[in-house]
Parts: sequence; structure tokens; C-alpha cells
Amino acid sequence: MSKRITIDPITRLEGHGKIEIFLDKNGDVANAYFQVPELRGFEKFSEGRMCEEMPRITPKICGVCPTAHHMAATKALDALYHVTPPRTAILIRELIYNAFMFEDHALHFYFLGGPDFVVGPDAPKAERNVLGVIAKVGLEVGGRVIEMRRRVRNIITSLGGRVIHPVCGLPGGVSRGLTEEMKEEFTATAAEAVDFGKFSLDLFAKVVLENKDYVDLIAGDIYKHKTYYMGLVDDENRVNFYDGMIRVVDPDGNEFAKFAPADYLDHIAEHVEPWSYIKFPYLKAVGWKGFTDGPESGVYRVAPLARLNASDGMATETAQAAHDQLYETLGGKPAHNTLAYHWARLVELTQAAERLVELMDDPEIMGDDIRTLPTEKPDEGVGVVEAPRGTLFHHYKTDERGVITQANLVVATVNNAPGICMSIEGAARGLIKGGKVNDGLLNMVEMAFRAYDPCFACATHSLPGQMPLVVEVKGPDGEVLERLSQFVED
Amino acid sequence: MAKPKVAFYWNASCGGCEEAVVDLAEDILTVVDAVEFVLWPVAMDFKREDVEALDDGEIAVAFLNGSVRTSEQEDWARLLRRKAGLVVAFGSCAHLGGIPGLANFSNREGVFEASYGYLPSVDNPEGVVPQTETKVKEGTLELPEIYDTVYALDQVVDVDYYLPGCAPPADLILDAVNAILSGELPPKGTVLAPTKSLCDECDRNESKPDKIEISELKRPHQTMIDPEKCFLAEGIICMGPATRAGCGERCINANMPCRGCFGPTDEVRDQSAKFLSALASVLDVDEPEEMERLSESIPDVTGLFAMYSLPVTLLKRRKLEK
Ligand code: SF4
Ligand code: SF4
Ligand code: SF4
Repeated sequence: MSKRITIDPITRLEGHGKIEIFLDKNGDVANAYFQVPELRGFEKFSEGRMCEEMPRITPKICGVCPTAHHMAATKALDALYHVTPPRTAILIRELIYNAFMFEDHALHFYFLGGPDFVVGPDAPKAERNVLGVIAKVGLEVGGRVIEMRRRVRNIITSLGGRVIHPVCGLPGGVSRGLTEEMKEEFTATAAEAVDFGKFSLDLFAKVVLENKDYVDLIAGDIYKHKTYYMGLVDDENRVNFYDGMIRVVDPDGNEFAKFAPADYLDHIAEHVEPWSYIKFPYLKAVGWKGFTDGPESGVYRVAPLARLNASDGMATETAQAAHDQLYETLGGKPAHNTLAYHWARLVELTQAAERLVELMDDPEIMGDDIRTLPTEKPDEGVGVVEAPRGTLFHHYKTDERGVITQANLVVATVNNAPGICMSIEGAARGLIKGGKVNDGLLNMVEMAFRAYDPCFACATHSLPGQMPLVVEVKGPDGEVLERLSQFVED
Repeated sequence: MAKPKVAFYWNASCGGCEEAVVDLAEDILTVVDAVEFVLWPVAMDFKREDVEALDDGEIAVAFLNGSVRTSEQEDWARLLRRKAGLVVAFGSCAHLGGIPGLANFSNREGVFEASYGYLPSVDNPEGVVPQTETKVKEGTLELPEIYDTVYALDQVVDVDYYLPGCAPPADLILDAVNAILSGELPPKGTVLAPTKSLCDECDRNESKPDKIEISELKRPHQTMIDPEKCFLAEGIICMGPATRAGCGERCINANMPCRGCFGPTDEVRDQSAKFLSALASVLDVDEPEEMERLSESIPDVTGLFAMYSLPVTLLKRRKLEK
């Protein structure tokens, strides 16, 4: 008898991602589909808008990573108007951007992904949440995480007006500079952020790396996919979140391509499937071969581990040391282990913190020259940043008045969509045999999701660090044969 | 006494309104103590069946964020309306349609043509378009249907109160929750924010001359923005005169003009029309040609003046041909 399993991450609610697993007549997995049942049409309704409003319109794509859209849009406007912001403005943008990477990575590690490790992947479900983390590491640490995020987020609020949907980006610069008061506050915050980064790495070492089971889990074959990797790098091929060249490495870690953001169309394209509103990007030079890995498949991955894989190393000292330790433990670069995304996230969090210190140490950040007024006619521009969840492309074309005639957005999580599908299918195949749905399936699928930190799965918005996953096993007539939920239903 | 039941739900939302609640941090804990959550999909696992099992009106208050643009969202809005004594439209999207409401400049077909058709990174030689039902070899996959039009919440169900903002600020959220818990409720239909206009609370208002006479309109990127002066007095469009106060002048603090996310004040129905008339009264132009020149400097008047409120403007949406 053939069965069908539906995993709807938010309990039958549409809008954020859904998994369908089909079993064959032996009860083994025939196929698994990850669907995104939503499309809001930002690209279409950007047409006709005045381009300078794009940094205020596009953040509404996502309330969790609005700063990434804000910056990508602002950089696209720089390119569109052929204007280079003064150095002070770039430093301020980088300050906001690294603050954002830091607080978002901290949110994910401590509240969302971390519970799997800090509390333990096999701990009772009721404890695998932020409260469980606090119970394990102490209330003091919990308070520290909240306080640290508040302070770092305050950098964005002070300069961007609002932390949810900042507004300060303009073509050629930013709308405001730092005050002496801010300087004092942010300098202290930055120093503390570095401590916090080291503390987080130590915590990871103690709780995860000293536990052989966890290390085996990370280094093991679960969710291992030998794909291409993509990320922004600086002129020494080091990880950069705000700017640089896009570098792609092949599954063996060799440089496959390195290109300026403006050339992205030469390198990537998006495949369309009729069963999902999301598109599936791939490397043009390799081609779309379906949801499969290896050098023959154009599937590439983005976000923390992918960025580390695509680089020669980190841009700051402590982060570099942590980077080295990661690859030593995992047996060299590149690492294909999806669960190591969590570890890479902490390495990046540390780089973001160290970068905040460098930026606050730079006297030019206090400069008055924060804008270059555009003088050239607008035409076309691409803006790329590394969002916490991966490379983010904004590409606009305008008429002479700066009115958008075409907007193309390749959003961070979309780049990872093929990889997410593969990880889910892998977990399903590994855990469903002979029609028997293993109870661990939910956890495994959930952990695969969490490693990528996908926006649309609502994992990122989930307060207790649990994604409400439900699996329904359906018979051929659609009747529910079995229902699993990872929540304790009382 | 039983704690009042509260539901929190999201329709077509960016998640920012959920973040705004999470940002309440410790403050939220006192609220969580005083109420019983019966639905909060972002944070807790309650099912539609659980909500359906409640008596009509059993939920004290349902907060809904996001606009409405699929049949499933409309169903949820109706269900919660039936089960809840009070419905609060939370955030600009639920209140006015919000930025996603700009999609009403086009329709579903337009959105599909772009996303799966002419955008330059799309590789789709066979013209595949997502379908509500797709037969794959293992079975059938379903997707919800996307509406042609984006709606504000009160265009779909009756709404008792509105919490404005994209996203609403913490103090207003807490005030609203406390007012509801204490039963000290303003008249139905009230927007839970000050009744003044943003200009009334703006620090730059003092620098605004009694009579502004703008002879030239500038877009924010075309001019150095004075960090002290009123934007309008400088000829930069700022929605302050037509926008409700209460956000804490967030954009102004970043030295950027207001775009109106709080919606209009009480007397005003159409924020964009109100702003247009406010602007006309400060424009220092006599000749029609001059008026034309001015309007040319703002090539997207509707998109700018109705950035957050297109679905509830008198204009509502682009006319659908066919
Ligand atoms: S009102 Fe703003 S923050 Fe809230 S869901 Fe809409 S776009 Fe997001
Ligand atoms: S128009 Fe804008 S800047 Fe001027 S007083 Fe009103 S809100 Fe303030
Ligand atoms: S200044 Fe205007 S657009 Fe900005 S938050 Fe306040 S009401 Fe919203």
C-alpha cells in the first residue's frame, strides 16, 4: 500500500514551507518534496517604484533579516548611480552590517539551533529549547545572551532608525553619522562582543567537542552532501559579509569561479518546478541535473559553512584560529557536513565581533563625510551581501528618472533550496523503512532544517527554539494513518 | 478566575511583527503570566482543530498580523473572528495592507510572468508555472492559490482595534495588551496610538516655517539632508502631516523622512489623498506648467504616498483588464 507523509512545519498553516514524503508499495521512500507555498511578488511590484525607496521596500521581505535586504538594496543603488560612498559611509554600513550578522547568528545559535547540541540531540523534547539551554549553562549565561543581543542590536537602531526594517541607506552613503556618545557606547559593546564570541566558542568546545557522540554526529555521514559552495571573499580570499568578489569552490575545494557581483547572471540561473513557488538556483557552467550532489550537479550551497569552504580563511585572528580547529576536526577543507553549519556560524559570529572592534578603532568612522551625491544618470546595478543565510543578490534596472523597470532578487535561502530538499530526502530515506516511520524522523528533519536556518520554515521566528513540525502518514485515500508531533501535547 | 485566552496569528507576514513581540523580552513574561495562549504558531504548537474546538467568542482577543492574500489566510481570519471576542489588526500589513499591498499595482498573472518568466536569472524554457495541483509520479502535490488582490484585515473580517506600525513599537503593544486585560477599552474601531499627527510630535516641527512654500521637490538621494530641519520645508517628501504619531519618530531619528507606516489620523480615511492635499497647500506654484514640473520630480506619486496603504486607498488597486 502506498502512503504519503506530510510534514507541515507550521501545523497546516500555509505560507512557510511544507514537506511531502511519498512511500512506495514496500513502504520505502519513493520521493520527498519540499514545497514553499507562498509568493509575494516583490519583484513585480517593485516595478514602477522610485529606486531610492528600494532599501525601504525590500526589507519587508523578511523581518528577521531586514538589514541584509536593506544593504543589498543600498549597494545596488550605488552601482545603479555609479557612485562610490565616502570611506566613512562604508565603515558605518559595515558597522551596522557586522552588528547584524552578530546578533542574528547569536539568535540562531542560542535560541534555535544550539538547543540540539547544548542540551543534546537526544534530550527530552520539552528541554530542547532555549529554557533547556539556560538550565544547562546557567541563568547567568541566558541573561548574558539577551543583554548582548540587545546592546548589539542597539547599534542598528541608533544608526538605522529601527532594528526591524532600518532606513539609513542611500545611494552614495548613509543618512546619518555617529555621535561621540554612540562612539563610546559602541566601542564598549564591540569589546564585549569579542569576549562573547570567545565565550561562545569555548562553550561549543566544552559542550559539543568534548562529547564524542556529538562529534561523531557532526562528522558523520548524515546530511553530508558533496556540493559546490559559494561566498563573498575579500582580496585575500578571506570571508567578508559586506563586500567583495563571489567565489565558488567545487566539491574538492578547488576554486571553480570567482566573479564580480555584477556578473552573477553569467554564473547562476534558477530552475522552476511546478510544485513549489520557490525557484532552484544552480551553477550555469555545470547545469541543472536535479536534486543531486557531486561535481556533475550544478547544486551549490551558501551560508556559514559554505562561506568558510569558499574562502581561504577568516579575516580576523580569533576567528581564523577557530576556523583552523573546525577543519582539523572535520578532516580538512572543504567540509560537507551540514551539521557543521552551527559551528561555522560561531566562527563567523566571532569574526563579526572582531570586525566591530576594528571598525570602532578606525578614526575615520567619526568623519563628517557620509555621502557622495550621485551625479550620473541611473541605469542598472547589482548589490550583493552575505546575509546570515547566504549570498543575497539584488539587481535593478531603471529608466532615466530612476524608476524601476526591472528588479531581480535571488534571496539567501533560495540558494540553499536544492540543498535543503536533498537533506530532507536523505533524512527520510535513512529513517523510513518498510513503511515504518521512525520517531526520530522529526528530529532529523528538524535538525537538517535548523542547520540551514531557513527563513521560510519559520524556524527563525520560533520563540522556544522548536519548530512545530507535524508528520502525517496518509493512506491512499488521504486518511491519516499515523500522526507524529515533536511537541509534548498536554 | 480563568486567565483570558489570547491568540496570535500571522497571515501574509514578513515575521517582523513576530520579532516585535519577541523583542518585548522580559516585558512579555508578565503578559504571558496573565493570559493563556491558545494559538501562536510561531512559538507554540496549537492546531487549527484546537481552535475549532473552542466555543465561539471563547478567545478574549486575537492579534492578527500580515495582510490577506490566499484562501487559507482568509479562512483563518474568519475562524478567529468567530472564536474571538476582540480582533486586533496588528501592524501595517493587517491595518492598511502594508508594503506587500503594493502588489495591487499588478495581479497574480503579472507576478507569475515576472517570477517564472522574464526575470533574467530564470531558466524556464518550457514555461513551467507553479500549479495548485501537480501530478508527480508518486502522487499529487498541492499549493494554495494566491489571490489577485491583497487585502487589509478589515476588508475580510470585522476588526475591533488596530495597532499601527511596521512593526508596532514595544510601548504601544504593551499599552494595548494592558488596556485589553484591564477591560478599559476605547470605542470599537480605535487605532491604539496617539490621535495627533507625526508632525505634532516631531522635533523638527519647530524649524517648519508657518507657511512652507516649496518651489522645488527633491528626492532624498538628490540632496544633502539637513539633520535639524523639517524635511518638507527642504522640499523632501515626508508623510508626517498625514501620518499618525506614536512611532517615536523612528525614521526621522535616522535622518530619513517618514513613509507613513502608522497610517492616517482619526479624521482621515485616505492617507495618500490627505497628503496630496497637504502638499498642494504648501506648494508655491501658480502656473500649471510649474505644477507639472513639480509632479515630474516625483515620478511615482501613488507608490510613494500610499506605500503602506494601497489596498485601503480609494484607488484600491490597479484596474483589472479582462
Ligand atoms: S507590518 Fe511590517 S513588520 Fe509587520 S508583517 Fe507587515 S511588513 Fe512585516
Ligand atoms: S513634515 Fe516630517 S520632518 Fe517636518 S515636522 Fe512633519 S514629520 Fe517632522
Ligand atoms: S517615521 Fe513614519 S515610516 Fe518611520 S516608523 Fe514612524 S510612522 Fe513609520
